[in-house]
Amino acid sequence: MTAWEFSAVVWGLSFLAGFLGALTGLGGGVVVVPALTLALGVNIKYAIGASLVSVIATSSGAAAAYVREGFSNIRIGMFLEIATTLGAILGAFLATRVGTHALAIVFGLVLIQAAVQSFRGNKGGDHPVDSDALATRLRLGSSYPVDGNTQEYGVRNVPAGFGLMFGAGTLSGLLGIGSGAVKVIAMDRIMRIPFKVSTTTSNFMIGVTAAASAGIYLSRGFIDPRVAMPVMLGVLGGALLGAKVLVHARVQTLRAVFAFVVLALAIEMIVSGITGKV
Amino acid sequence: MNDRRLEIIIGRLLQIGVLIAAATVFAGGVLYLTQGQRGRVDFRNFTPDSSDLHSFAGIVHSAVHFQSLGLIQLGLLLLIATPVARVAMAVVGFALERDRLYTVVSLIVLLVLAASLIHAG
Repeated sequence: MTAWEFSAVVWGLSFLAGFLGALTGLGGGVVVVPALTLALGVNIKYAIGASLVSVIATSSGAAAAYVREGFSNIRIGMFLEIATTLGAILGAFLATRVGTHALAIVFGLVLIQAAVQSFRGNKGGDHPVDSDALATRLRLGSSYPVDGNTQEYGVRNVPAGFGLMFGAGTLSGLLGIGSGAVKVIAMDRIMRIPFKVSTTTSNFMIGVTAAASAGIYLSRGFIDPRVAMPVMLGVLGGALLGAKVLVHARVQTLRAVFAFVVLALAIEMIVSGITGKV
Repeated sequence: MNDRRLEIIIGRLLQIGVLIAAATVFAGGVLYLTQGQRGRVDFRNFTPDSSDLHSFAGIVHSAVHFQSLGLIQLGLLLLIATPVARVAMAVVGFALERDRLYTVVSLIVLLVLAASLIHAG
């Protein structure tokens, strides 16, 4: 392929990934990396480098919109970022040590988890809980708007959530993805934070987590400008458009279709990793 | 200054940062593609060469000479800086609120980020 062809194809794929990622809440990275490696034969290290950069773009680009809705909790986000950024540094170092076949297999496994969680759908919506002792001392509880009223909520199981966040950060640094799915599990299921607050706070955290791996990726040559340029511009454009149409779209069907695509990509990634094609 | 006002200001600044970064990457991309790229590109093998594009100093040096790949990397650096700026502004915001606990928490996150970015220095 010539540079023109490569840039155009990658931009198009990335735009689609960013668009679907925003609509389904899975993020663009989970599709961009398999698309680049499986369809275009790009080395997975360049693919995850470019993906990491696009993760930062969508997180920072969407921040203003999420804040306006009044759901995100900056204290919870900042506190848990201690765990995700440390994990991200560990993950980025692992990425520089691990071979490409192993990376592809781990990526496939994480994709399966993301697809399964997407099939199950996002229930959440439990009744808000009272904070336990540690969460009270950390002042993590807050309130969010529900049908024009203000709903107070508390936070539980801070150590377990913190630990899982370290794992989410490690995955993010290892695979160049936002790992928003794991972050939401940590907050929604374990720390019992309301679902809306969990998802928007997760978006807030994704960019900061990714930035912690970016320096290591950059110095080790994972971020190649010729690959990252079309990926970043494509994913960002697609995500911005996706956020615009999100309000009008019927997401349920789309989510199921997308989950199937992700599952297919996951199996392909694992097979390619085992047979040494990636 | 309350949490919400602070977050709205931060959110806006981040959006502007992303737009500037994207414009820089786009400019570098246009330059790269119009400079007669006739050869074939192949990214099958991981060969991290051209190491001047893997450090802050090298990227800035390349970008101020309007080299296309340097400009793209500069845009990506600006992008990486947006979440770092977000944390830095949170440090200031919490300090203004006289919230000692969360000033320290956000300072720790900022230090972790700085420690990581030093690798590319």
